[in-house]
Amino acid sequence: MPEPLRLKGISASAGYAEGPLFNLDPVVARYNRKATAADERLALGTAIKAATGRLATLVAATEGDAAEILEFQLAMLEDDALTGPAFAAIAVGQPANTAWRQALDAEIVGYETSDQDYFRARAADMRDIRDQVLRTLTEESEAAAPAGAIFYGEDIAPTRFLETDWSSGGGIALKAGSAASHVAMLARSRGVPMIVGLGASPAHLAGVALLDAEHGGIILAPSRAEVEAFRRKSSSFAARRDRAETFLTRPAVTNAGTAVRVQVNIADPSDVNSIDVSTCDGVGLMRTEFLFGKTLPDEETQYRAYRKVLEWAEDRPVTIRTVDAGGDKPVPGFTVEEGNPFLGLRGIRLSLARPEVFRVQIRALLRAAIHGNLKVMFPMIAVVDEYQRAAALFAEEKAALAARGVAQKMPPLGIMVEVPSVAIAPEAFAEVAFLSIGSNDLTQYVMAAARDNASVAHLNSIRHPAVLRLIASVAAFGRAQKIPVSLCGDAGGDPAAIPALIEAGLRDLSVVPAQLAMAKAAIADVSI
Amino acid sequence: MSASAEATVLITHEVGLHARPSVKFTKLAKTFSAEVEVALAANGPWFDAKSIVKVMAAKAPKGTVLHIRARGDGAGEAVGALVELVRRDFDEGVDHARTA
Repeated sequence: MPEPLRLKGISASAGYAEGPLFNLDPVVARYNRKATAADERLALGTAIKAATGRLATLVAATEGDAAEILEFQLAMLEDDALTGPAFAAIAVGQPANTAWRQALDAEIVGYETSDQDYFRARAADMRDIRDQVLRTLTEESEAAAPAGAIFYGEDIAPTRFLETDWSSGGGIALKAGSAASHVAMLARSRGVPMIVGLGASPAHLAGVALLDAEHGGIILAPSRAEVEAFRRKSSSFAARRDRAETFLTRPAVTNAGTAVRVQVNIADPSDVNSIDVSTCDGVGLMRTEFLFGKTLPDEETQYRAYRKVLEWAEDRPVTIRTVDAGGDKPVPGFTVEEGNPFLGLRGIRLSLARPEVFRVQIRALLRAAIHGNLKVMFPMIAVVDEYQRAAALFAEEKAALAARGVAQKMPPLGIMVEVPSVAIAPEAFAEVAFLSIGSNDLTQYVMAAARDNASVAHLNSIRHPAVLRLIASVAAFGRAQKIPVSLCGDAGGDPAAIPALIEAGLRDLSVVPAQLAMAKAAIADVSI
Repeated sequence: MSASAEATVLITHEVGLHARPSVKFTKLAKTFSAEVEVALAANGPWFDAKSIVKVMAAKAPKGTVLHIRARGDGAGEAVGALVELVRRDFDEGVDHARTA
């Protein structure tokens, strides 16, 4: 009996699968060299045409995201700029398989070395294109995987994913891979468990495996006790997910009948396209950093982005946070290089230091405010003077727009509670329209544990009494002063943290859209 | 007489001029007979806007100001239509691949 082997990876699509391991990595295929360059050219042309035809057939049989992924591959394969270098290499004496592999590998390197996740993830599509043609050239047929298999290997091709019947279970465990890949996206939308980043394994792996894609691990050659424990976790996950789904469309209430507002956090206006507006109570946090990529956005671009979300939300509140650049979110030409950026010129500090940039955002917000129920909040407020200066800029810009006859409206102005000074002494802020607790930053500042540093991750816990006590005191201040208090950090959607937050007096949480159902289900279990 | 046109547009799409957007972009470019090119800076390098390989190679992320130029029949219409496509966020109505 071999020893159980455990590998850790990163969850790309949550879920559990138990099944035989199926090795994805291909065996070396043989290629029969042709007599002349013309024959090599013909062989490659025929193989490309066959691959194109197969893709077109597959496109016609799929829809949605999957079809768009295939269309991308098809467009690539039909582009002479992709195939040209291979034919050129054949003309100077290369066999078709080498010519094709080298031409495609040259393209793939460009994707693999990109510093952007999205482009890097496209390398898998390019390898898929390469291998589809190579397989045809070498007449190598793909071995069929048994039903319910766990696909294990370097990476999995999107076409392979789409051709697989997942109805009898199964999952994906990749040594490399990316949670941003097309396959990861498909796996999430179809509920296929998937983990990535397992790393290279020294041993040849085979046999039955347990894939825990909720926590990101795989066990090979499991003991009987491990199989039993795994099955319990698996059925509990399925039950939790099924149960959570039934909560999605209902208002959130605890089992004692206390209503809790659940809003969503969004980072990009297009995020709302996939959310049913009736499942949430509004947008508790709309980030605006997405607008500040490599260049500073103009007023019109910002206005359109804000207006889109306001119109989507109908009469529900939309809380937009003014740009929170700096810290771990640098913006070239805006933020400054600092030795300790989390404690430096970020959030409202930076906006006040660069009023010419801030005023553009303020004008866009004032103009967008007429299209819905807008609220605006300032990040990283430490002292009330910062709030007052920001509010004064809003008043000035409103007057200037009005003088020019431009339609505008002053939204309620609130602040983020994330710097401990505000949480400890909230009484200085009795004039703000609302308070929104940014639990990620509040926790990292109270615990002095950077949230992007894995070696101090054990300290970065919202459930530490020091953090919870501050949250409770802010909630109590809000109740006494009739100032609404909400929370928009990751803790709001964490089923393990939700009971403590409600106990601390919060009745308004904002979560990422994917956590809406689970958050509502967790609220229903609270007896307050 | 040979027409020519040039314009710039800010890419606001979350993932930039990337797989799905670039399929739409090159498909639209191919509907015009004019020669169409894109660049990330006014002084180039310029990429063939009808080749998805070249457009993807430009690696234009969100926040990039995309330069579009065209020469030949319908150059103005081509640039106008492509700018509009980028402005409309490539008509994408689905969620983008996103890491948590």
